[in-house]
Amino acid sequence: MSYIGQSVKRTEDRRFTTGKGKYTDDIKLPGMTYAHIVRSEYAHARINSIDTSAALAAEGVVAVFTGDDVAHIRGVPCGWQVNFKDGTTMKEPAHPLLCAVGTTVKHVGDGVAMIIAESRAAARDAADLLVIDYEVFPAVVNGAEAIKDGAPLVHDEAPNNMAFDWAIGCSPEEINAAMDSAAHITTLDFVNQRMAPNAMEPRSALGNYDDAMDSYTLWTTSQNPHLTRLLLCAFVLGLPEHKVRVVAPDVGGGFGSKIFHYTEEALVIWASKAIGRPVKWTSTRTEAFLTDAHGRDHVTKAEMGFDTEGNVVGLRINTVANLGAYLSTFAPAVPTYLHGTLLQGLYTTPKIRIDLVGAFTHTTAVDAYRGAGRPEATYLLERLMDKAAIEMGKDPAQLRLQNFIPPFDGVTQPGYQTQVALQYDSGNYHAVLERGLEMVGYEAFRKEQAEARANGRYLGIGFSTYIEACGIAPSAVVGALGARAGLYESAQVRVQPTGKVSVYTGSHSHGQGHETTFAQVVADKLGIAMADVEIVHGDSDAVAFGMGTYGSRSLAVGGSAIIKSIEKVLEKGAKIAAHKLEANVDDLEYADGKWTVKGTDKSVGFGDVSLTAYVPHNYPAGLEPGLDFSSFYDPTNFTYPFGCHIAVVEVDVETGKVKLNRFIAVDDVGNVINPMIVDGQIHGGLAQGIGQALLEGVQYDETGNLTNASYMDYCMPRADDLPMFETDRTTTPCPHNPLGVKGAGEAGCIGSTPAVVNAVMDALTPFGVLDLEMPMTPQSVWRAIQSKTEGCSA
Amino acid sequence: MKIPVSITVNGKVYAHEVEARELLVYHLRDRLRLTGTHIGCDTSTCGACTVHIDNKAVKSCTVLAVQADGCDVTTIEGLSGDASHPLQVGFKEEHGLQCGFCTPGMIMTASDLLMRNPDPSEHEIREALEGNICRCTGYHNIVRAIQYAAKEFSTEVVGC
Repeated sequence: MSYIGQSVKRTEDRRFTTGKGKYTDDIKLPGMTYAHIVRSEYAHARINSIDTSAALAAEGVVAVFTGDDVAHIRGVPCGWQVNFKDGTTMKEPAHPLLCAVGTTVKHVGDGVAMIIAESRAAARDAADLLVIDYEVFPAVVNGAEAIKDGAPLVHDEAPNNMAFDWAIGCSPEEINAAMDSAAHITTLDFVNQRMAPNAMEPRSALGNYDDAMDSYTLWTTSQNPHLTRLLLCAFVLGLPEHKVRVVAPDVGGGFGSKIFHYTEEALVIWASKAIGRPVKWTSTRTEAFLTDAHGRDHVTKAEMGFDTEGNVVGLRINTVANLGAYLSTFAPAVPTYLHGTLLQGLYTTPKIRIDLVGAFTHTTAVDAYRGAGRPEATYLLERLMDKAAIEMGKDPAQLRLQNFIPPFDGVTQPGYQTQVALQYDSGNYHAVLERGLEMVGYEAFRKEQAEARANGRYLGIGFSTYIEACGIAPSAVVGALGARAGLYESAQVRVQPTGKVSVYTGSHSHGQGHETTFAQVVADKLGIAMADVEIVHGDSDAVAFGMGTYGSRSLAVGGSAIIKSIEKVLEKGAKIAAHKLEANVDDLEYADGKWTVKGTDKSVGFGDVSLTAYVPHNYPAGLEPGLDFSSFYDPTNFTYPFGCHIAVVEVDVETGKVKLNRFIAVDDVGNVINPMIVDGQIHGGLAQGIGQALLEGVQYDETGNLTNASYMDYCMPRADDLPMFETDRTTTPCPHNPLGVKGAGEAGCIGSTPAVVNAVMDALTPFGVLDLEMPMTPQSVWRAIQSKTEGCSA
Repeated sequence: MKIPVSITVNGKVYAHEVEARELLVYHLRDRLRLTGTHIGCDTSTCGACTVHIDNKAVKSCTVLAVQADGCDVTTIEGLSGDASHPLQVGFKEEHGLQCGFCTPGMIMTASDLLMRNPDPSEHEIREALEGNICRCTGYHNIVRAIQYAAKEFSTEVVGC
């Protein structure tokens, strides 16, 4: 049977539904101690002194470490370099493991001390006994404010709090000329608000130094354990890489936040050797809000110019991206090469330019959060499109269709070269919007909307058509753009003597279902049962190397590496089969798990050949025994999924409450291996994108205090906030990877946010409300309506 | 001061001495090593720690171990060890889980719902899940998983 394309139920589910999953915090080692990180309550303050004596004397306390104890250790590094426009390198201040006496803390939650105790409770109790003298300074939390003269400085070495400034696209003269030629310019000034990723499993790290072997093991909540090991060994602790094992066991969601190498991972490893016992640290939810890298946080002025026919003639963007207090692992790449390069969208816009500043503030670091830059690009483009349609009196769907790039398959027609560096691989953008219009019943909806308005009910429809760059990424390309790592993937396919197959992948599953999807691919390509395939991931001792899972890359890059290894297995297997069948290799064909001499019934099975490879008594001369191959796959291009999302809402104008009545998503993620899993990925992304539009947003007060750092205060989407989603797909295969897949992990989160905002704006058109900041809470919607109806409302 | 407690968990009686402040969730995870019950927040909001106490869904991060003294506690491990419970089947069949971290709490909450209301509407299911947060699924397939369980099996089987 063929597994590819089937909604095969997940093999990993059994352990999760029975409570047998093993997450980092579930691990308890003999003699294990518990670490509690004492964190700054101030956004900006100098540590004058720390008195640890009372804490050290407390019952159950094993050790107390401060920044002075780890001052000799380099801080956690940044993995991507973006230069200033004038060519000078970005400002890259150190990110110490703990802030030392005499230095300044730079955000609420910055680590100040680590208390290690016999129990979690004892460590927390002792934290109250630590006496820390702070001298508190003014803070700056808003990126646009931070770069103004006179703003409090986060790092002395970064004047005006600028990490870098950057631009992409045409020259200022060219974009200005294009905008000057426009018959109509639509402008938006907006904030793409800061988001907390909120994977349900809080981060955790367990370090264990083995004195007998002089080796270390780190269990950690990571999307990419090998990358964490590399950074830990080469840049932070200076440990020999072959003496460090990093394991990311079951990981409870990531959404970007578990890509990055965090201070606590280095601290528990270092402390384990220092005290000679295992050390475990597990984040509380409030710590997660304060220390997991956040997402988004752009302040943007966006202008889109149109000619008299409604064709886009230019796009001019100015953005300040708030990077937080420190440069997180991939932070510089997110607002630049994952955002500025996506501003072509699906449109034939001839002139594009973005000028962007990356700003330091006294806030938690900002880095990749599901979509990472691409949701921000999509948001500004799609808000501009809907606002322009209203301003020009055009239909928003028709305005998009008119400006779409024509279809191209990337095989018989070349890829589409954008104005902002990327070359799209293949696309048929009209198809997804037309399918969306059909699903929503657009004409009928407009009639229903008109009737409802006549009856005092306010329905709205919002469109969003998006493209993303996934399958991250060709190493040479990202290297030229500042990446300090390659972004290939590795895979080993080990055929066991009995014909069972173990696959070791550098991709990491934290909910994506790789153990199922990858097994479907392997079983199909080898013509064996899925039950005979095991997917191993997340352990640097088992898997040779890996770059991990993010940027919707696992199947496109990691899956391609597996295919390469399978091809090697089959090539060698054919030689063994030919020997057994006394035939020429060229005369064999492989299908259904056996090699057959073409045109005959002579065949030998995969299991027979596997056994022969390991018991080579009668074996081809000169051929090595064994059937076990590793491969690295470095993609030749990004992949470019695209789609159309449509939201239908009703706004209760008396309360401002937005009810999401329908959500339609038509996504094209290339070929699909497991439709059930792809749909699930889309659903989850939609919820996060809808959450940004209506519910979520990290809030700081002017002193830098994160005021909604708990689930009591930060509004996560709940089951009763969402409808059943209506999903469909078109299929435009990726032309440059063996499976033709493009990636589905982020699509839902990229397309959905502007669709919801556009729908609310459409509902509020009768009130003249054209723009509203996210999240569009009942209060903000009600106030917007009131501001327009003042004097005439009851 | 340690206080002796005797708690029946998944049909087995456990007698321990605990600190008065020890939360049931830590008692289950650290002491009894039943790590299927998870901790996702500090505020009794996320529901990852949901267990049953005397057949009612309770967030075990809100209950002290001493309060559970003499009670009958069921955790995800007690539902069925072989994933044969209708909700366990439903979550798999309908892809109601991704990372799996919220799943035990979701299943325990859903089990409570189906014991009280064997044939819930979609709206009733969504309301019942108000105290359980999932970041992966958008709830779509969790709702379908619970509908699956409700449809396929009788109330007697669903109860635990």
